[in-house]
Amino acid sequence: MYLYPKWIRVWHVINALTFLVLIITGLSMQYTDKENASYVVGFAKAVRMHNFAALVLVLNYIFFVTGNLLTDNGKYYRIGRKNFISDLVKQFKYYSSGMFKGEKHPFPVTEERKFNPLQKVTYVLALYVAFPLLVISGIGLLFPEITITSVFGISGLILTDILHITMGFFLSIFMIIHIYTCTLGHKPTSLFRGIITGYHVSEDE
Amino acid sequence: MVRIGILLTTISFNTLSSARSPLFAAVNEKVQDTASFVSPFTAANDRCFKCHGQDKYEYTNATLGKQVKDIMCSERIIHKKEFYSSNHKSFSCTDCHSEEYVKFPHSGELRMEQKYICIDCHGGDEKFAKYHFEEIDSEYRKSTHFKMESDGFTCWKCHNPHTYKISVRTNDNLKETIAYDNAICLNCHSDFSRFQLLSDKAEMDIIKEHDWLPNQTSHFANVRCIECHTKINNNIPVAHQIRPKGEAVRLCNECHSQNSILMASLYKFESKEKRRDGFFNGIILNASYVIGANRNAYLNLISLIIFVVVLIVIVGHISFRIKKKFNSSKEK
Repeated sequence: MYLYPKWIRVWHVINALTFLVLIITGLSMQYTDKENASYVVGFAKAVRMHNFAALVLVLNYIFFVTGNLLTDNGKYYRIGRKNFISDLVKQFKYYSSGMFKGEKHPFPVTEERKFNPLQKVTYVLALYVAFPLLVISGIGLLFPEITITSVFGISGLILTDILHITMGFFLSIFMIIHIYTCTLGHKPTSLFRGIITGYHVSEDE
Repeated sequence: MVRIGILLTTISFNTLSSARSPLFAAVNEKVQDTASFVSPFTAANDRCFKCHGQDKYEYTNATLGKQVKDIMCSERIIHKKEFYSSNHKSFSCTDCHSEEYVKFPHSGELRMEQKYICIDCHGGDEKFAKYHFEEIDSEYRKSTHFKMESDGFTCWKCHNPHTYKISVRTNDNLKETIAYDNAICLNCHSDFSRFQLLSDKAEMDIIKEHDWLPNQTSHFANVRCIECHTKINNNIPVAHQIRPKGEAVRLCNECHSQNSILMASLYKFESKEKRRDGFFNGIILNASYVIGANRNAYLNLISLIIFVVVLIVIVGHISFRIKKKFNSSKEK
């Protein structure tokens, strides 16, 4: 079934590539040292690449949010209160034991339900909570002159930075889990194929 | 957490274009000791300040037989308030200047007198031994200032004997210290009329010269010129070996790293009690924040644990999947 329209696929690939650049350059800035000036990417280069990739990422994010508002893709990210917790538990149980016992997927992918409950919550947290916090704190670090100088005696910049690296870290962890869970399709490669071609192959097909 | 709208007190090089600028005066005012100091030489010094403490002076011209008011040359004005809060506040003017100055009009020859330099008083004195003035002097002699302008350059070009006040070791407000110390450099390097007294080089534009530096305003307000332009010597309180332009620090990692050079320069006087637990180079956090130099040990550990746990879960999951596949193929 055709599940991922072209604009989503373009957004996704740009998002993935810029995020990789941001993780690598972000680590290079955070853990750079004098002895190994070119640790992963040199600091000066890392700063330039990080700033540029961040700009692309933000523009791409605006594109994504606008797309969700203009098309009906936004519906996939709406979380209903009905059976919220029990659905999450059901999905978690499937991932942690059910799938090894050969149980059927509790929430098979349909055109109306692109994401399972656990996936939906994670995506919403990543894209609508962590992501905006990451961008706002990033702007604070890019323009230190607009950042509050001190909060109860602690530098405002360090608080902004802690928020930035924490969100960056969680989104990096999200990326690792996201890539791994993408091997849980019909075949380990089918979900990767899906986001490239746009067609989802389910177990029944 | 990020509240837009509250601006850092940034000091731009434009506004600091001269040590005599209003901003410098404001900074200087703040750095001054507010405790009232009464010099034992007040009365004697007042005879000098009567003319040299303000813009105009007044004297009786015996030849013309009348009172004359005139403008004091700006280089010869010493503001009383600044002098009495400077390091040399306890001095009498004639401790350093000839007793002959008591006479007016001053003899023209007095201007030719050899002036003291720091080492003349501070060298070889046990009281000042801990500051290693001899080493400061030898470092200064290796500096590009001395090498290029050995005839014109003296300690006084940077440390005005009438106003200079130690700031980095005594002032808790690092931003003020930075502005005060940078104004010393800018006094000549952004004021061509003073610069050309010592150098035949063409006028330079500090802002343009530092175009390559990202977040220039932030750097200028948060570090001193000497952080990048001197060679660190741990034996002396403040580095005095100004490096030639080509040897200035240009690598970001020199400061933006766990073993940041700022710990041996700008932040070396901050007391250990001020350090915050868990943060590498936590001392920097008291005044500023340097990407790459501030790392939190706890956050590092927590993130490493989360990362390892995620990897273990993934590896475990993969092994269960392999086991399942193996079992199902066996069943078939």
